[in-house]
Amino acid sequence: MKEFISQLNKAFESRIRLGIMSMLMVNDTVDFLTLKEMLNASDGNIASHISALEKAEYLTVEKRFIGRKTNTSYSITPYGRRAFNEHLAALEKLLKR
Amino acid sequence: MSQEKDYLQDLTEIRSIMEKSTRFISLSGLSGVFAGIVALAGAGMAHLSIRDFKSLLTPDLADEVWNSMIVRLEVRLLLIAVSVLLLALFGGYYFTARKAKRLEQHVWTKSTRHLLINLSIPLISGGLFCFSMYYHGLIGMIAPAMLIFYGLALINGSKYTLNDTRYLGVLEIALGLTATFFVGYGLWFWAFGFGILHIVYGISMYYKYERNK
Repeated sequence: MKEFISQLNKAFESRIRLGIMSMLMVNDTVDFLTLKEMLNASDGNIASHISALEKAEYLTVEKRFIGRKTNTSYSITPYGRRAFNEHLAALEKLLKR
Repeated sequence: MSQEKDYLQDLTEIRSIMEKSTRFISLSGLSGVFAGIVALAGAGMAHLSIRDFKSLLTPDLADEVWNSMIVRLEVRLLLIAVSVLLLALFGGYYFTARKAKRLEQHVWTKSTRHLLINLSIPLISGGLFCFSMYYHGLIGMIAPAMLIFYGLALINGSKYTLNDTRYLGVLEIALGLTATFFVGYGLWFWAFGFGILHIVYGISMYYKYERNK
């Protein structure tokens, strides 16, 4: 039991982070508003989880201007994709045990 | 034990988020049923118009009379077709928006855009192709071509919505190809493909995804 749990990635422990990573896994880019609407969380909450994931180099941030408005979009890094896949595999193993 | 439940819940949620963020799942079965009923009504009206037209034919018809009759018939059929299309689109939007509201989803998302673009490419090509066949007088091939292109559009769009639309697409293509060998019965095939198949598909989707959910 212990060894399986140690394979779970601490960085993905919160619901919001799991949600952010899930969306990035299946979309090339996702913007802030879409994340917020899908995950039903506050701006601050999402922003803090995003910066944690960015620090871990699991995602990259791209800021652009659409007209005068800023549009921030996120995409997953190859490293983040691998980490999330490993996390998913660990979760599945835990359940199959 | 409770921890195990948490992991399971995590996995379920991950899967649902992946699904929701790439596919337009608010498409309602009732839209299909409604579109099917409208199509059947339209086909019925077209059938009656054609029957009236035939009953007025006499062997000694003057050319001018014949010409004005055929133009009148064509305008009538075109009006029926446009009304069927508009009504079906309106109903489709209404039932889908209603389902989206219940699922607390937005109707206009990236996946909706993907779905519409991927549906439109074969649909618009098909529409123009049918127009060209009409132009060349190949009236008998229009109904089969509509079915085939519609089926291709469904298969193309199925990546961005409920996967079941793929099977409906395959059926429409098969029906369209069969219809190419039964020129003259186009309206019947059309009514079956756009009417009956839509109704059957819509009812089964409604029971599969919407009832009690």
